[in-house]
Amino acid sequence: MASVVGIFSHSSVSVPVKDKKLLEVKLGELPSWILMRDFSPSGIFGAFQRGYYRYYNKYINVKKGSISGITMVLACYVLFSYSFSYKHLKHERLRKYH
Amino acid sequence: MNENLFASFIAPTILGLPAAVLIILFPPLLIPTSKYLINNRLITTQQWLIKLTSKQMMTMHNTKGRTWSLMLVSLIIFIATTNLLGLLPHSFTPTTQLSMNLAMAIPLWAGAVIMGFRSKIKNALAHFLPQGTPTPLIPMLVIIETISLLIQPMALAVRLTANITAGHLLMHLIGNTTLAMSTINLPSTLIIFTILILLTILEIAVALIQAYVFTLLVSLYLHDNT
Repeated sequence: MASVVGIFSHSSVSVPVKDKKLLEVKLGELPSWILMRDFSPSGIFGAFQRGYYRYYNKYINVKKGSISGITMVLACYVLFSYSFSYKHLKHERLRKYH
Repeated sequence: MNENLFASFIAPTILGLPAAVLIILFPPLLIPTSKYLINNRLITTQQWLIKLTSKQMMTMHNTKGRTWSLMLVSLIIFIATTNLLGLLPHSFTPTTQLSMNLAMAIPLWAGAVIMGFRSKIKNALAHFLPQGTPTPLIPMLVIIETISLLIQPMALAVRLTANITAGHLLMHLIGNTTLAMSTINLPSTLIIFTILILLTILEIAVALIQAYVFTLLVSLYLHDNT
């Protein structure tokens, strides 16, 4: 994702829609921005790789990384597994009519 | 109640596609690699643990057996992390599925045995007859030893499956009991809750021990055959 920085970072300078980050895209341009993203397998893999390294470099690959770097991942894993088992967990709620 | 008890062992699916593949691929995300000598804390602790276990496991092998060290160390790390992740609430443990454990046990055992038969066939066949047996007993003993050899992969797979599944089931049952008894009789609830805590500690130990036992036995079969 290329971002335009420096003296060109205010909105009056026109930047092509394709190169903007998500928070800089105006609401009317959102469909065309989504369509221009790279949805090929290598593009999706690149997106996962960027996301992984963003998290890794922010929380784990630091001088005094704490345990919260990995417990956040495990908490997300628990929520992910909960969403899978919701289907048969909802029968165990304490309700009069299921 | 019966349907709910075993429902946590069903392999999860997203619209019919197996999501179990995603869950099996999750543990490597927790084990980063690095090209530097001095790393962050996570990588340092993991490398220290790996060095400890690999030294412990691979000292008893000769040069030929040590070519398997990558396989065995990655095996023990995989089983240990998968079992420990299965202790988190609501998570799915792939090692409760017999199919996966068979897929791990049979190729490793078969590789060790075939390697033994290819290189030192006399030594490999000599395992079928222990030393000092009286002569009339020999035919029966050969049959028994053959059966005990052929049953090794089944025993490996079923041991891992049964231990982890039984532990998870016990925790489910005692947890449900605690919840049900909390409205009826409070002191017994506290006793049962203590049992639950002890069981959780046991499960953590079992998770690690089962990984160790699996890998140790595979390396034992390897030692016999190199």
